[in-house]
Amino acid sequence: MTRIDRNAVEVHGIVKHYGETKALDGVDLAVREGTVLGLLGPNGAGKTTLVRVLSTLIKPDAGTAFVGGYDVLRQPKQLRRTIGLTGQYASVDEALSGYENLYLIGRLLDLSAKDAKARAFELLERFSLTDAAKRPAKGYSGGMRRRLDLAASMIGRPKVLYLDEPTTGLDPRTRNEVWDEVQRMVGEGSTVLLTTQYMEEAEQLADELTVIDKGRVIAGGGIQELKTQVGGQSLQVRPTRPAELPEMARSLQEAGIPATFSEESGLLSVHLTDEGQLTTVIGVLGTRGFGVAGIDTKLPSLDEVFLTITGKSSVPAQARDKEPVA
Amino acid sequence: MSTATLNPAPGAAPALPADDTRIGLRAHLRHLGALTRRNLMRIKADPESMLDALLVPVIMIVLFVYVFGGAMAADQHTYMQYMVPGLLGTTGLNLAMALGTGLNTDFQTGVMDRFRTLPIGRSTVLLSKMIAETLRAVVAFAVLIGFAMILGMDIVGGPLKLLAAVGLSLVFGASLMWVSMLLGMSLRSAQAVQGMSMLVMMPLQFGSSIFARPSTMPGWLEAFTEHNPLSALADACRALINDQPVGNSVLTVLIWAAAITVVTAPLAVARFRKRT
Ligand SMILES: Nc1ncnc2c1ncn2[C@@H]1O[C@H](COP(=O)(O)OP(=O)(O)OP(=O)(O)O)[C@@H](O)[C@H]1O
Ligand SMILES: [Mg+2]
Repeated sequence: MTRIDRNAVEVHGIVKHYGETKALDGVDLAVREGTVLGLLGPNGAGKTTLVRVLSTLIKPDAGTAFVGGYDVLRQPKQLRRTIGLTGQYASVDEALSGYENLYLIGRLLDLSAKDAKARAFELLERFSLTDAAKRPAKGYSGGMRRRLDLAASMIGRPKVLYLDEPTTGLDPRTRNEVWDEVQRMVGEGSTVLLTTQYMEEAEQLADELTVIDKGRVIAGGGIQELKTQVGGQSLQVRPTRPAELPEMARSLQEAGIPATFSEESGLLSVHLTDEGQLTTVIGVLGTRGFGVAGIDTKLPSLDEVFLTITGKSSVPAQARDKEPVA
Repeated sequence: MSTATLNPAPGAAPALPADDTRIGLRAHLRHLGALTRRNLMRIKADPESMLDALLVPVIMIVLFVYVFGGAMAADQHTYMQYMVPGLLGTTGLNLAMALGTGLNTDFQTGVMDRFRTLPIGRSTVLLSKMIAETLRAVVAFAVLIGFAMILGMDIVGGPLKLLAAVGLSLVFGASLMWVSMLLGMSLRSAQAVQGMSMLVMMPLQFGSSIFARPSTMPGWLEAFTEHNPLSALADACRALINDQPVGNSVLTVLIWAAAITVVTAPLAVARFRKRT
């Protein structure tokens, strides 16, 4: 299938201040149609604020944003026809049953009574809520409410779906279910903006990542891209004769390479900080005649990437914040 | 990456159409129907709220007619014909207060946020609440009138004047819905809204001609009571049900309702627009 790359979501210089707090301080980002963008950032980074701006729930102080080609400020009604939102906090009507919650939203989205009913049952089934369908949502567990909220955002098969920490508090099995549903929506052509604190979730679902901190974008790109960008690959060498491990490590250390080894795993590992080191390691091992059975480089985990990126940004930012405001 | 933008770059002053998807009348009515149904289901799911609205007047009728009735008038029946029509008049406004608590709950629980991301008119949410509360008031009227008639109250003026009394009570109650809305959007919790409403309603109710003639009250209270709109409402309902001349009480109630609406409706609407 050929598809022109178009942006379903475009954000240009969005600013939102709450008094002294710069919840969003000039955010730019784009989500290509039919893809999933993972929006990462520590607590208070501004993720929820951005999602709320893009759902027309709050007005930005400055900047422009388009969703499905509609301007958040000037065409909110058209924009609302294209979006679905699962906010960070569930927004279900406690007094109504799960079914009635979904049916109501279907009707408000202009589905016929018959279609609204069918769609409600379909989604209840998908999110394993069929048994609880007729019970008031008041009696639902946290995870059940969460799922009902997710189902509610999917009723109108929105072109753009915002999921603000959709699986927080879900057990691993239901988390997988939610991931399947998100992937199904993407398969049907939806674009997803996903915020999450679970790197595994980002890795499972997201095509690209954007990391924000203190209301600013501090990194972005594909997952592999970010991993290499952050650097710090680790090299692991499996010797043919495990007994030589200590000697190998010593030789490398003499050559200025900080190598460590583990007798348990039988591996020698080197944390690579620049590309030249890889050549040095291979050179040293070769000239000393150590037998190498296997060699592997490993990218850092996304957790490590996240910690590195947000750690870097927070140090100077904190220092900056301490300076008196001119 | 060949990323073709759907929109011109910012600053290019694109001549985008303003928000031009009008919601058609039929769609509006469908939304209104769906939301009203939702509000009625909420009432059904919380029958105690209905009971509260009915229980208080029932207790008051029993208490005042049977306990104080003899002391207040020549006999219990005379007092019942005096007090119950006035109390009926306040039914419309007691229930108007539920609007504020309901609205507050919707904002607190995030339900309003959900509605705001849907392509519906924002006033539809409000209107549906007003319709549901009016229906609830009508049910309350039916029950209370039935109860009073079982106890022996006579509808001297006949069904049409009774309907006029109910209508007047609803009109006045509708003007208080705006006040209730304002409270609902200003206070932090639904309980606070309820408490505040009670705080306002109690002195108004007792400092009125509902339970006793103002002429029997001390001077300062008499002055308050004579200018209390609830006195005019009670007088009007009493006159209608007992088939007596209404004097200017009906007009006074209508003027009060109009004045309250003129002052509070724009405030309430502005606040609602700001929050939605
Ligand atoms: N209504 C508000 N009033 C005042 N400050 C606010 C408001 N909403 C958000 N903020 C502030 O803006 C900043 C960003 O908040 P936001 O909820 O967007 O963060 P987040 O990235 O979603 O965090 P989390 O991961 O904890 O959900 C925070 O410092 C928060 O205190
Ligand atoms: Mg958040």
